[in-house]
Amino acid sequence: MRRNIGPILVVVLAIIAIWYAGSFAMNRAWTMDQAARAGTEPSFSEVFRDTMNQDRAVLPAPHQVAAELYDGIIDKKVTSKRSLVYHGYITFQATMAGFALGIVGGVALAVIIVLSRAMDLTLMPWAIISQTIPVVALAPMIVVLSNALGADSLMVPKAIIAGYLSFFPVLVSMVAGLRSPDAMQLDLLRTYGATKGQVFWKLRLPASMPYFFASLKIAVAASLVGAIVGELPTGAIAGLGARMLIGSQFGEPMIMWSALFAAALLAALLIWVVTWVERLAGRLMGVQA
Amino acid sequence: MSQDTVISAKNLSLTFQTNDGPVNALKDVSLDINRGEFVSFIGPSGCGKTTFLRVMADLEKPTAGKVTVNGVSPEEARKNRAYGYVFQAAGLYPWRTIGGNIRLPLEIMGYDKAAQAERVKQVLELVELAGFEKKYPWQLSGGMQQRASIARALAFDADILLMDEPFGALDEIVRDHLNEQLLALWKKTNKTIGFVTHSIPEAVFLSTKIVVMSPRPGRISDVIDSPLPAERPLDIRDTKEFIELSHRVREGLRAGHEAE
Repeated sequence: MRRNIGPILVVVLAIIAIWYAGSFAMNRAWTMDQAARAGTEPSFSEVFRDTMNQDRAVLPAPHQVAAELYDGIIDKKVTSKRSLVYHGYITFQATMAGFALGIVGGVALAVIIVLSRAMDLTLMPWAIISQTIPVVALAPMIVVLSNALGADSLMVPKAIIAGYLSFFPVLVSMVAGLRSPDAMQLDLLRTYGATKGQVFWKLRLPASMPYFFASLKIAVAASLVGAIVGELPTGAIAGLGARMLIGSQFGEPMIMWSALFAAALLAALLIWVVTWVERLAGRLMGVQA
Repeated sequence: MSQDTVISAKNLSLTFQTNDGPVNALKDVSLDINRGEFVSFIGPSGCGKTTFLRVMADLEKPTAGKVTVNGVSPEEARKNRAYGYVFQAAGLYPWRTIGGNIRLPLEIMGYDKAAQAERVKQVLELVELAGFEKKYPWQLSGGMQQRASIARALAFDADILLMDEPFGALDEIVRDHLNEQLLALWKKTNKTIGFVTHSIPEAVFLSTKIVVMSPRPGRISDVIDSPLPAERPLDIRDTKEFIELSHRVREGLRAGHEAE
């Protein structure tokens, strides 16, 4: 882990440098415009300083976003409607609910598909087709439907959308995992006269665990994307997705960018937790340290 | 077929349907194996030796002929847990400890916890792996893993042990050691052993009966009852009898090869 820090740092620094250059280039037009209107002739350093500190920059500079992020996460009370923790928590809830739905749905479908050849032929194509439909198009329909069915908050449709995106990686991995035991291992259980159920519990399920945990990392990220997308076209007023939309609609790039980075931080946190759980499970299952 | 016959094959044939047409894996194979015998099947690849063993274990169905194991069909024998099977690879579950792997058949067959613990301890001692119960497979060498897989096949009360090139992937020195251990174990347990190999010294050293097979179609070309004494130290391989027997096996293999 320690060894990786050097290269990562280099990449991060490079991105920040490119970002600063981009901020300068993209915000310069507005600075020059203002100067022309005022009839002044700004020096290069004046232009540069101005591009770094515009309130409504086309591309806010990294330090501006960092400051806004710090303000939104640390300074604002978590109950405040402008706190990123508050919005992040709302998105987090939908992400977790969707993640749970995705795991349960993905595992259940995988089990059905592996145990039944007919289901393999009929269910799998639908699962694949489901992922080709743009979620943004589907989201409003899911909201309307869940409202009609009596869900009075946006949490339910958001969780469904998040689950809709996250079940697929779990399904695909679990099908592969449950089928991973080779002919010899199946023959071995046959010589013991094991039942189909015993083959499943003693061999297929434990053999699928590495596949399962690998898919969780993808699924949790997909779930977060689903929760955010679920907040975009649905008139949500709370959640990181809603913040992004508000930021873009009201011309407040700082709100948009800080929400974007808050989402990235949340994703990193979720993946870190999943990785930690994976390692813990690996240790319990005797994985080579 | 005498009263002591454990496994009996009569005019056994097995044809696999492949994309390149039918393949005669076994043709007209007849053989009786008696209680307590150590029978080796030797021959080049494609001679059907593994297929023959798999038919006895009900892992393949013959297309013609009849096999009985303990007087019943292989399927019934399998369901009665009449035999333990050792594969080419140890095939231990990486997520189970050595003890857990040996417990696997016992769990499936419904032994209670106390019986499981006792048998695990007992067979680990038998294969000289006492003290490794809590280790995971990756912590053991290849030879030790294969010993653990033999222990797994011995854990339940099957009086037949079927082994499909169990030491094929191991180096010569480890193989010698395991051969010695296997002989000692066979003497201690009185099991009937069917042993597939492609090594002449291994077959001659271990067996009371050597079945030489040849390919296309897979068939038995010679059955040799070993004249070697029951007591076999490793240096028996330098004796005249051993060398003569090896020679006869080699001749049998060559004859099968030339007949093609």
